[in-house]
Amino acid sequence: MKYTEEHEWLRVEGDIVVVGITEHASTQLGDIVFVELPEEGDTVSKDDEVVVIESVKAASDILAPLDGEIVEINDALTDEPSKVNEDPMGDAWFFKIKPSDLSQMDEYMDEAGYKALIG
Amino acid sequence: MSEGLKQTPFYDVHLELGAKMVPFAGYDMPVQYAAGVMKEHLHTRSKAGLFDVSHMGQVILRGPNYETTARALERLIPMNVLDLGVDRQRYGFFTNDQGGILDDLMFANRGDHIFVVVNAACKDADIAHLRNHLEPEITVISLENRALLAIQGPTAETVMAEYHPRFANMRFMDVDTLPIAGAECWVSRSGYTGEDGYEISIPVAAAETVARALLAHDDVEFIGLGARDSLRLEAGLCLYGHDIDTDTTPTSASLNWAIQKARRADGARAGGFPGANIILRQMENGAPHRRVGLRPTGRAPMREGVEIFADETSTDAVGKVTSGGFGPSVEGPVAMGYVTADLATVGTTLYGEVRGKRHPVEVSSLPFGPANFKR
Repeated sequence: MKYTEEHEWLRVEGDIVVVGITEHASTQLGDIVFVELPEEGDTVSKDDEVVVIESVKAASDILAPLDGEIVEINDALTDEPSKVNEDPMGDAWFFKIKPSDLSQMDEYMDEAGYKALIG
Repeated sequence: MSEGLKQTPFYDVHLELGAKMVPFAGYDMPVQYAAGVMKEHLHTRSKAGLFDVSHMGQVILRGPNYETTARALERLIPMNVLDLGVDRQRYGFFTNDQGGILDDLMFANRGDHIFVVVNAACKDADIAHLRNHLEPEITVISLENRALLAIQGPTAETVMAEYHPRFANMRFMDVDTLPIAGAECWVSRSGYTGEDGYEISIPVAAAETVARALLAHDDVEFIGLGARDSLRLEAGLCLYGHDIDTDTTPTSASLNWAIQKARRADGARAGGFPGANIILRQMENGAPHRRVGLRPTGRAPMREGVEIFADETSTDAVGKVTSGGFGPSVEGPVAMGYVTADLATVGTTLYGEVRGKRHPVEVSSLPFGPANFKR
């Protein structure tokens, strides 16, 4: 598992990367009430705003961590945004991306690095 | 702790309960506790929420007798103060010469004086306004030695009745002086959540004791400003500085109901308050914009500042959201805002623009849920 400074986690499954937000991020955001996902088949570039999540407090964007194609989205979150609070590291993944350059993963932190970041 | 911020007498209790503190109107205030906004909101609607509102301004107006004091206050607000019964409270607002709203307030007839509660952000200006226009005939006393709590929710009555039987038979907007845990408190049956409940003014010296006594009840939890905002939004209640301000008039704010007959054009004491010409004319003929409830039909919340359009393509906005977010009891997004009067009819479909996309909203009556006041 890799982590971004934007509090996303990235899990490699073969040639696909699954993306979600960390427990720390979901706690900081508070009760999540709305999730807007990209569409399957979208081609995205690193740092594109691909997901909007809104908590009771505010809206935030999730950025694409890699260049690539969105191959699957977790539609269940649209109907049940609170899943992001309940199981951010598991069931509440946002999308799966097929990266065009898997070496972009190298710049991201491992778990120890992320733990140091959030203190 | 943030520098230069004032603390209420409940500051230590908030920290003990794991509150997240934020600056609000010059005070360090709890925005939420460990439970979070959603659970705090739902707790208030199902049991009893306790709110620290000590940042609000508590003011006494005292003249030679009630009639003199009431007539003086009527020079600043378009309400019927004179005929308000003893130990009854009323909602009101200060107006300016342009017919705008300077602040909203609650005022109560306490026999030999009037007790006024004003918004935290406006209290210095309000007190100066009162002094400028009422003194020396009326003495304006800003109370720095009293805290203010609200207890709101369906079990608030059961909780409070343990302290005195009178709590149970107070009606909505009744006021009384009653003991709670040994402290003499000024109590009104009112609030800002759409629920039954009480607002309680407490001497600072006894404030923490009273709060801890109330919190000892199983049903009572402290609730932060976050849930206070979603509760009042679902209840369709205005937040000063957002839904009403000096640019909104009583008619545009859909607050004509708060101006009693005695002060209207054909009333016994018509006019005689700042901006009366404009306000009374608008009450007759309407205002160009109206405050309405807005219910997004999708799931995306529409927050303050979202522009409202008549259809999916037109370039000119017909209105704007002034308060909006997610309504935990409504289980969906809710908002209020101003739209042009011709589009203010309940049931009209309009469009709010969020992140460049237009989403349908329905003009809705307020409140969004049933009001549970004790009539």
